[in-house]
Amino acid sequence: MTENGDATPLVRVENVNKSFGALHVLRDINLTVNRGEVVVVIGPSGGGKSTLCRAMNRLETIDSGTITFDGKPLPAEGKALARLRSDVGMVFQSFNLFAHKTILENVTLGPIKVRGVGREQAEKRGMELLERVGIASQARKYPAQLSGGQQQRTAIARALAMDPKMILFDEPTSALDPEMVQEVLDVMIGLARDGMTMVVVTHEMGFARRAANRVVFMSEGQIVEENTPDEFFTNAGTDRARDFLSKILTH
Amino acid sequence: MESLLDFSPLAQEFTTILTGFWSTIRLTLMSALLALILGTVLVAMRVSPTPVLRAAGTFYVNILRNTPLTLVLLLCALGLSDTLQYTLSGDSPTNYYWWAVLGLSAYTASFVCEALRSGINTVPNGQAEAARAIGLTFTQSLRLVVLPQAFRSVIAPLGSILIALTKNTTIVIVAGYIEASSVMKQMFDDYGGTLPIFMGFAAGYMVLTLPTGFFFGWLAKRMAVSR
Repeated sequence: MTENGDATPLVRVENVNKSFGALHVLRDINLTVNRGEVVVVIGPSGGGKSTLCRAMNRLETIDSGTITFDGKPLPAEGKALARLRSDVGMVFQSFNLFAHKTILENVTLGPIKVRGVGREQAEKRGMELLERVGIASQARKYPAQLSGGQQQRTAIARALAMDPKMILFDEPTSALDPEMVQEVLDVMIGLARDGMTMVVVTHEMGFARRAANRVVFMSEGQIVEENTPDEFFTNAGTDRARDFLSKILTH
Repeated sequence: MESLLDFSPLAQEFTTILTGFWSTIRLTLMSALLALILGTVLVAMRVSPTPVLRAAGTFYVNILRNTPLTLVLLLCALGLSDTLQYTLSGDSPTNYYWWAVLGLSAYTASFVCEALRSGINTVPNGQAEAARAIGLTFTQSLRLVVLPQAFRSVIAPLGSILIALTKNTTIVIVAGYIEASSVMKQMFDDYGGTLPIFMGFAAGYMVLTLPTGFFFGWLAKRMAVSR
């Protein structure tokens, strides 16, 4: 496990608020993610974790406050926003692979169309990434022919193919059958070891313990507690966090 | 009584009839091509993030889809071509051909647009999000991820629209261009409105439309995207 990267901020979230109608899902959120850091966001459902994660590449707009990436505010739209997103990988709960494209094409689409990489080079790199996540033998198949775990590993390879400065994981194992969770977590732990900056919304406490530099506990739209994983799991500083942990760790 | 079942006019005018159907085919194919292009542009407008484009697309579809095709073609042939003298060719039949094609494709494009829009609804929103998340622009994500799947899910309805278009070319009779149904009308005038002539032409249209239906049904199955 790496230390807190080189401690220069990559993402800065300041005083961010967001409502869906009457539901105030993000309340005055402040959060900094440093380069090379792995931040795990946990908390009860409906607490705003996914919204925060999605706001970091502007898949969700915010009502007030600022989010900066690499020192610059997130662009609102157009080419500048597309460029930002190409630098921020995203892995979704439901994989969201392109159903009409093969596994390899899913991985090479971004490099070819966004980065302008030649097909041959993109496929070579794509195969290396599929090798890395352990599904190179499935490269010519279509997403529907793969298991959930294999699809999610493809999604991780697709994000990696863009050489992102950071990857956001929005509950990457929540839609998986139990026996497939570990194969995805193993890939993520490998990324964390290699120094990738990661924000991971998850319910996998084991992953948080093993790979996180920092745990952020969110509830009812607020960041209730930020702590090291050890401290958080053994000696949480807030009642709400202790209450949450007692519900999930006792059995 | 015997003349009622007299098929000989069909044989006598066989070349004329074939020429008529060839005109029908030319009208159909050119209109289908333009309608597909225009319909795709319209659906891109209707799902775009720009409100002005969305409104323009919606306005177009609602106007064209709810105007009888006869009126559209009369507007093209009598209004724009004859009265306002916007001619598309010095040669009169060519001029009317292109005005008929424009009228047919402008009208059919609104149906193509709506079929494609329902196809877009079959593509999970997450895929569009994933496309944006790897840095594709709106247009790229539409062109590379959403529309290819939308097209494949509406092949069968597009086939129905093509069949409707083939039959709708008969309305070009009001727009001054000679195609199969105007040949039939001419034959009714020359030989009397007999059942055999009618049956011959009906069969001619089916020769065009039935295989179209079978082909698109086969294609829809073959191209289905499994999810």
